[in-house]
Amino acid sequence: MSETDSFVKFKKVDKSYDGEILVVKDLNLDVAQGEFLTLLGPSGSGKTTILMMLAGFETPTNGEIYLDGEAISNIPPYKRRIGMVFQNYALFPHMTVYENLSFPLKVRKVSKDETDKKINKALSMVSLTGFETRMPGQLSGGQQQRVAVARALVFDPKLVLMDEPLGALDKNLRESMQYELKHIHESLGVTVVYVTHDQGEALTMSNRIAVFNEGKIQQLSNPDKLYEEPVNSFVAEFIGENNTFQGEVSEISGNKCRVKLGSGDEILANPISVKLKGDKTKISLRPERALINPEEKIENKFKGKIEEVIYHGDHTRIRMNLLGKSQFILKIPNSSARMDLKLGNEMIIGWHSKDCRALDLT
Amino acid sequence: MSSETQKILTTGGIPLEESLKKVEKRNKIKAFLLVSPLLFFLIIAYISPIVSLLFTSIDDRMVTNMLPKTFKAMKQWDGKDLPSEEVFEAFYQDYKILIEEKRHGKLSTQMNYEKNGFKSILKKLARKMKKFEEGNYKEQIMAVHKRWADVEYWRALKRRAPTYTYSKYLKGVDMYENEEGKIVEVPEERRIYKILWLRTLEIAFFVTLFCFLMAYPIAHLLATLPMKYSNLLMICVLLPFWTSLLVRTASWMILLQQQGIVNDVFVWTGLVADDSRPEMMYNKTGTYVAMTQILLPFMVLPLYSVMKTISPSLMRAGKSLGGTPFITFWKVYFPLTIPGIGAGCLLVFIIAVGYYITPELVGGASGTLISNQIAYQMKSTLDWSFASAMGLMLLTGVLVVYWVYNKLVGIDNIKLG
Ligand SMILES: Nc1ncnc2c1ncn2[C@@H]1O[C@H](COP(=O)(O)OP(=O)(O)OP(=O)(O)O)[C@@H](O)[C@H]1O
Ligand SMILES: [Mg+2]
Repeated sequence: MSETDSFVKFKKVDKSYDGEILVVKDLNLDVAQGEFLTLLGPSGSGKTTILMMLAGFETPTNGEIYLDGEAISNIPPYKRRIGMVFQNYALFPHMTVYENLSFPLKVRKVSKDETDKKINKALSMVSLTGFETRMPGQLSGGQQQRVAVARALVFDPKLVLMDEPLGALDKNLRESMQYELKHIHESLGVTVVYVTHDQGEALTMSNRIAVFNEGKIQQLSNPDKLYEEPVNSFVAEFIGENNTFQGEVSEISGNKCRVKLGSGDEILANPISVKLKGDKTKISLRPERALINPEEKIENKFKGKIEEVIYHGDHTRIRMNLLGKSQFILKIPNSSARMDLKLGNEMIIGWHSKDCRALDLT
Repeated sequence: MSSETQKILTTGGIPLEESLKKVEKRNKIKAFLLVSPLLFFLIIAYISPIVSLLFTSIDDRMVTNMLPKTFKAMKQWDGKDLPSEEVFEAFYQDYKILIEEKRHGKLSTQMNYEKNGFKSILKKLARKMKKFEEGNYKEQIMAVHKRWADVEYWRALKRRAPTYTYSKYLKGVDMYENEEGKIVEVPEERRIYKILWLRTLEIAFFVTLFCFLMAYPIAHLLATLPMKYSNLLMICVLLPFWTSLLVRTASWMILLQQQGIVNDVFVWTGLVADDSRPEMMYNKTGTYVAMTQILLPFMVLPLYSVMKTISPSLMRAGKSLGGTPFITFWKVYFPLTIPGIGAGCLLVFIIAVGYYITPELVGGASGTLISNQIAYQMKSTLDWSFASAMGLMLLTGVLVVYWVYNKLVGIDNIKLG
């Protein structure tokens, strides 16, 4: 891709605040026009820093960022037409909701009628019509966040950056706002770079997700691929639940490898990051891919003992001791035909080799 | 009917309202006991001096007490012609006692304030009185000096008859009550206090303005610089604050005098010729410079404490929404600092209005303030009631400023930290 193809382009960007630690390392990232890209990562992994560089409040220590084909370092922040929802909302506390929303329109000299129209539209988008005269201090945390979202969208920016815009909402409101935001994104066709450390949110909303850790992209792909096919053990452990086994490759051929565990048992696995016999590896298996009482000819089949049963409403989680590991988790949907899940019962567990991925050891 | 509705009871069966009151009363007593030492201290150290100041300022019993019989006798006098023999006799007897008790000097000073020329005729009378014969005091006193036969002087004496007077307040604004009882301004060449009041206001205003202009960027830097620099800067602001006031004022004297360092630098850089070094001390310039420096922390600290609470992401939000740095500053940052500006300006202005030491030392004749005049009245002319009157006028002025501020900005908008 050349600089002009993608809408936002990070090219070899490094960032350090103190000259000692690189908070962002060699970042190369392209965002297409109209895309909803999520940056996902644990706290302190550099997500906010990347947004700040894009918005122009931090300068890259090295490298260049392009926005719509133009090197961004030449454009001051107030000319970038980037709407931003800050992690702490950053509503102007001395202005009413209306004044907060009219600020970006006023500086653009939009007429009064037009302003009213746009503000009405933006407020109804986040279902806050009628709150125009309130001060931010008179709003709940969730309402403030929604005002911040409305403010970032009201002036029709070409790019919207959102830094954990739903962090303060309760589960129900959060979910409905997720759909709302997704809907807004689709109807406006605006490009969104979204930051969260909630993996569920990332999976439901995004076109693509970039998983960050320690300033580096660990994996960049669409949600299903990210979940089903993590490329390293950080991603596998960060996204969704995961059963792991550590071992050493004893045999490798094509798309299968045999891994010998510490307990002496052997597992057939899908080699992702291992290449040679003798490589140390961590095997990752999603709980829902483990089958109870599987068919006879399944590749991996072991006997385990139930150690804990936890009721979760729609499903039941079972912790069992399997292959010398007492942290093996199983998820069983709660259908009417319940199995005999009792503490101390023994069960046969099995899985296909393609579902258990031999990843790097970290 | 609402009044008939059942009263809410606590689980113990006592009406809720009553039990709430009981609990609150106990809390109130506790709170009162806690603040009572402070209240006591305030009454002793603040309120009682002000009340006594008020009395001193209108108290004119000094002369009345010295001449009790005279004023008693004067009650019948209509003030048109010379008073009768009884008044003269009463005056002779009062004055005699004063001379014996050696208090007559004070009377002559007091009366001379009232009318020029009183001092000399009282002195002369004191000398001549020893040889007076009994009876016919009117003749004898009038013979001492021709002014004793002038009804004006007796009228001046009668004017001192009331025990309480507001004349000191009039004097404080260059006015007085003339012989006809009308309030008029003193002649042009004797007006001094009005100029002094205006100058005090002017200096306090400009010192506040200079402090504001200097403190705003300093406070902003303090609030936004990284910790290690802002600590250093904070020490730079506070270090002078911890130094004695006298030392700081003295150092300004060393810097600003005609052979001082600042002037030396001016000459050295060729800004001024050696023989025309500018006068920077013992005038308004000195007062401005020294007071601005001394009062600067009182502006910096409230501003800093307010700016510290303004999240940097607000400015960023303003910019990302399309505001130029100036618009963002003016529409977002500045309005948020107004509580700090209010607190700082009010603090500096009120301190400046009553400032004493610095103008006394570096102000010279044209740079002194009303407090210097108050001190002068107390130390040199010993006119305590006039000093009290001016002190109270100053206090009233400050309260008015406070009131206006409250009306304009609202006192609950103030933030000191
Ligand atoms: N202004 C700053 N000065 C110095 N270090 C900073 C600054 N801002 C962030 N950092 C450091 O940079 C790293 C990345 O911070 P960043 O705010 O980008 O994390 P984040 O991914 O947004 O985390 P979170 O999910 O908690 O918001 C952190 O280690 C943080 O301590
Ligand atoms: Mg962050």
